[in-house]
Amino acid sequence: MKYIDEYRDGDLAKGLASAIAREAKPDCRYHFMEFCGGHTHAIFRYGIQDLLPSNVRMIHGPGCPVCVLPMGRIDGAIHLAKQPGVILASYGDMLRVPGGGRESLLKAKALGADVRMIYSPSDAVALAKAHPDREVVFFAIGFETTTPPTALAIRQAHREGLSNFSVYCNHVLTPSAISSILEAPSVRDLGTVPLDGFIGPAHVSTVIGSQPYDYFAEEYRRPVVIAGFEPLDVLQAILMLIRQVNEGRFEVENEFTRAVTKEGNMKAKTLVAETFEMKRSFEWRGLGLVPYSALAIKRQWAQFDAEARFIVPEFKTEDHKACACGAILRGLKTPADCSLFATACTPEHPIGSCMVSAEGACAAYYTYGRQRRKS
Amino acid sequence: MKLDLEHGVVEMAHGGGGRAMAKLIETIFLGNFDNPLLAQHNDQACFSMQAGRVAMTTDSYVIQPLFFPGGDIGSLAVHGTVNDLAMSGAVPLYLSAGFILEEGLPLGDLAQIARSMAAAAREAGVFIVTGDTKVVEKGKGDGVFINTAGIGVIPDGVAPSGERARPGDAILVSGTLGDHGVAVMSKRENLAFEVDILSDAQALNGLVAAMVAKVPDIHVLRDPTRGGLAATLNEIARQAKVGMELDERAIPIKGAVRAACEFLGLDPLNVANEGKLVAICAGDQAERLLAVMRAHPKGADSAIIGRVTQDADCFVTLKTAFGGTRMVDWLTGEQLPRIC
Ligand code: SF4
Repeated sequence: MKYIDEYRDGDLAKGLASAIAREAKPDCRYHFMEFCGGHTHAIFRYGIQDLLPSNVRMIHGPGCPVCVLPMGRIDGAIHLAKQPGVILASYGDMLRVPGGGRESLLKAKALGADVRMIYSPSDAVALAKAHPDREVVFFAIGFETTTPPTALAIRQAHREGLSNFSVYCNHVLTPSAISSILEAPSVRDLGTVPLDGFIGPAHVSTVIGSQPYDYFAEEYRRPVVIAGFEPLDVLQAILMLIRQVNEGRFEVENEFTRAVTKEGNMKAKTLVAETFEMKRSFEWRGLGLVPYSALAIKRQWAQFDAEARFIVPEFKTEDHKACACGAILRGLKTPADCSLFATACTPEHPIGSCMVSAEGACAAYYTYGRQRRKS
Repeated sequence: MKLDLEHGVVEMAHGGGGRAMAKLIETIFLGNFDNPLLAQHNDQACFSMQAGRVAMTTDSYVIQPLFFPGGDIGSLAVHGTVNDLAMSGAVPLYLSAGFILEEGLPLGDLAQIARSMAAAAREAGVFIVTGDTKVVEKGKGDGVFINTAGIGVIPDGVAPSGERARPGDAILVSGTLGDHGVAVMSKRENLAFEVDILSDAQALNGLVAAMVAKVPDIHVLRDPTRGGLAATLNEIARQAKVGMELDERAIPIKGAVRAACEFLGLDPLNVANEGKLVAICAGDQAERLLAVMRAHPKGADSAIIGRVTQDADCFVTLKTAFGGTRMVDWLTGEQLPRIC
């Protein structure tokens, strides 16, 4: 318990907030993007925006793996779940996301598909073991953090000689997505979205290290601070970014020294490299096709690749026209700018994916920040 | 034939209306729930009630697992219905119990459930006076479902109700939140984790009686069961067309519950309770009410956690321990743990 409280201490927060107020120059505006949904969630849940001066603004980036998955891939999972004999296993928050036709895995389950909620890929392997007469497909999503466990599951299934386990692979890569945002004309040429710095997700960096961010700092001349998900981590990171901006520096700094190193976790990186390969391009919801931004299962493991074992049609599903997820994920708009927000689109009836996962910008704003609209 | 409580299981015949059924009811239910009204063996219980306002409620219990740390479906069914009555300020008197049993349920489990229902009823001072038993085929039930209805009388001058919350009122809770939900989740087969948390399932009529004796004009009483404190307060806010402002630091939550919620990506304010109540009363009565609650063993950890405000949007907001403000919303559908 102490471990958690230490990072949520209200007095420490006040101290950090006043340091931020002191150091943020009144004639300057600071726009920082938190890439990861975990940070977005913390910002709203703890009311961090209230502690920041009005010239420091947080922009909520695309880093929620549920939010960035295009609807076509969800339709793919629903298609797999409906195949005779298949048990489709996935993480809880994936189950509610609507695909095209507004069907979700939960709805498919209600209509008879065998969809199971699991907490880790090894649970899916255990399901396969327990049901040798069924085909267990693990619907894998997530950034660098969730990739090594998927790789481990494939190894485990191989070791145990399971022939009824496969993975529908949707693992995506953080650095490519950040590049794509920074390369967008709105940021690069038009300057409509000022981005003065980034908060990088610590859990991703515990795997890949801080080094992959060096490139951004140099190429785009923007500071990056890698931070943990506790509210104090986020405040500390904001202070570190303000200092870099004030001093004209653009370096990769590490707020989360308690677990992140420059190189990351070599063992996990090797495991991932041996199991997956880069896809030439992958569609991100809101960002479109992003080159080399996702992983596919290597051919030597094809027997565990659901897309090699089953025919998964390519669903081309368009987002709702009025849904602003795309612009929100790029930092162009905030949830309140969407005409559907809190009217047609709510967590009960999500239209876009940003409203589905608790970590999506729209859901976080809806659940924790709706009162702000009044002020 | 004697019932084999050690090895026997529920069979279709136990619901068939014949001798097997009579034997089951006699051994398992009548023996445990023993009281003069039930002993009349009629299809209904007949009794006189004192004149005045009567409260009646019903609820069905479909929980998995059937046995959890700190209770089981039987005690839960009694506590839940007693508490639903108590939240009107009523003194609960009589309960009914309907059982839907799944073929194959071990008779020993059923006996255990009946025993703990009887104990819970005794402790709460209510009688289970009528009941019903049905058996469904294997695969069509979850071991056992229990429906209970309850009846009680409300003392004069007591009329708590959701729409009576007024701006300026104080909001109190009777103890730590989230214990029941976390205790049950810790035993779900796909979730099992180690915590030393017992369900808080308990009857609150004694506590309520003490409260209304000292502060009869309590505006609202509600037990924050499914959906937790967040759902309960949002419901009341809408009913009364008011807002609420909570202080996170004042809300009692056990460290282990907080940690388990953290681990599962849940908010303890959304997690179910089965032995806690929320009370809303005029601001100037709050300290007095708090003192009564704390003096009762079932309200020892009571706290004033916030106040009712004027707000046409009916928002429930929370001043975070961190110094910011956020909404406290009710949940969407089921609580689904997040992925990373
Ligand atoms: S409010 Fe709904 S429709 Fe609008 S951007 Fe967010 S998710 Fe899309």
